[in-house]
Amino acid sequence: MSYTIKQISIFAENKPGRLAAIADALEEEKVNIYAFSIAEASGFGIIRALVSDPEKAYKKLTDLGYAVSFTNVIGVKMRDEPGGLKDIARIMGSAGINIEYAYAYSGKKEAVLVVRVDQVEDAIKALQAHGGRLLEEKELA
Amino acid sequence: MTCWDPRTEEISKADLQALQYRHLKTLVYKLYSFSRFYHDRMKAANVHPDDIRSLDDIVKLPFMYKKDLRDNYPDKMFMGGQDELVRYHVSSGTTGKPTVVGYTQHDLDNWAVSVARALTSIGLGRKDIIQISYGYGLFTGGLGLHYGAERIGATVVPASVGNTERQIELIHDLKVSAICCTPSYMLHLAETAERMGVDINRDTRLRTAVLGAEPWSEKMRNRIQELTGVKAYDIYGTSELSGPLFTECTEQNGIHVWGDLAYVEVLDPETGEQLGPGETGELVVTMLQKEALPMVRYRIGDLTSYDDSTCPCGRSHVRISRIAGRVDDMLIIRGINVFPSQVEHALLTIPELGEHFQIEVDRKGALDTMLVRVELKPTAFSDKIDDMISLKQRVAHTLHGILNISADVELVGPGTLTRFEGKAKRVLDRRSI
Repeated sequence: MSYTIKQISIFAENKPGRLAAIADALEEEKVNIYAFSIAEASGFGIIRALVSDPEKAYKKLTDLGYAVSFTNVIGVKMRDEPGGLKDIARIMGSAGINIEYAYAYSGKKEAVLVVRVDQVEDAIKALQAHGGRLLEEKELA
Repeated sequence: MTCWDPRTEEISKADLQALQYRHLKTLVYKLYSFSRFYHDRMKAANVHPDDIRSLDDIVKLPFMYKKDLRDNYPDKMFMGGQDELVRYHVSSGTTGKPTVVGYTQHDLDNWAVSVARALTSIGLGRKDIIQISYGYGLFTGGLGLHYGAERIGATVVPASVGNTERQIELIHDLKVSAICCTPSYMLHLAETAERMGVDINRDTRLRTAVLGAEPWSEKMRNRIQELTGVKAYDIYGTSELSGPLFTECTEQNGIHVWGDLAYVEVLDPETGEQLGPGETGELVVTMLQKEALPMVRYRIGDLTSYDDSTCPCGRSHVRISRIAGRVDDMLIIRGINVFPSQVEHALLTIPELGEHFQIEVDRKGALDTMLVRVELKPTAFSDKIDDMISLKQRVAHTLHGILNISADVELVGPGTLTRFEGKAKRVLDRRSI
């Protein structure tokens, strides 16, 4: 069972229309975006997304000239009610997992926290040992 | 390395300076007496030929500019009568009216001698077959190289420009050993040869290329040399000075400017003060022996630096470095001269960056700001913001090291900066002065 999820990251300078152009390209390829975030840092941004077909999205965006890369992330399931995030954060804290970045989305059945960590495999083991429930890539759809 | 004219080319510094002074003195008297244009200019600058008492006194003489040639179109700057002229060349007027240059027989002889010395200094001679792939006609490139190559007794193939496949056939069939053309045409030639299944290094005898008439870089030289196996040499000259005149020698380390024909100064483009060896500034040339169209302290607008040490090849004449750009492109930011070519050079040293960039200059309060936008290479993208920020800092640090002023850096996505056909417009100056 694989709990690593392939996230696509796109380099984009912070300019009006940049996001629309990317979304447009993905629509053209019929690639669905499940979750996504924009991180902005001194003049440039990184768009990160979980999509229905990462390979297809990668190819399309690379062909258009974008700088694109894949990153393995983990999806941690949360109760979609007050206190849901607290449970997860507590688990990760006590498991000693250092979060590089994270973003949440309201999943099909329950909320999911998408987390990027340094040591993915170690983090998966630690999370499971502390009672965390992880999302499989196939559950995204 | 053999010299075409060892007595002149290996002359001692002192003797060369004495010779230059003699030529300068004669030139100034002639101009004052026979050139209406320069007579008026000297009067306006309050200089008399008697004021020139040493070579250093050249700084007293007024400058000449490209604009002067346009304002005096077609031949109002010429000295002497039409009956002494044996040829005209006309430069294309990309930025205005064309400029007309004229030659006496003595001018043509000196031009051919200059090219003959240059070609000899890169090892060419009677046994060589030289294809001239510069345009023949009003442009000085073709005929300039032609007469120089004939002068050294080489066999000339006057191919001129165009019909690249035929040019490659000629190189192959006539066993051509050297070619003179623009660097971009050399690359085009190499690519066409490859498409035709001709390996220049294996299938032809071409070993030397004399490249010029457009700006090029050390990087392009390496590419041409690796691609074709020929040794590529830089040639310099402009129609106002006669045409192509000077090249590097086999050391490939600076262009030898024959001091008996031309006197070189490198000036700070702003103040007009003379700069020392190794300092980059505006090239100013005085043609010491030209008759039909004398050029005194001519501000060509090209940027270079000079080295007056004797070359390992034995030639004592001053060398100028590869042209680093145009004065018109120079920016003054917080009082410091910045050339886009320096920015390009700095960015080229960082493998994570693409080759396109843009410079934006603005003013906040009393302070100039400079922003360099550069494209990230797709392969260099990292999802980690820290990596991207440290790359940005590295770019800023490298720029500071080369420019001596700090610049803001903006990393932009591949392919997002405007592409230009031909001359790139890389500078956006938003300061309103």
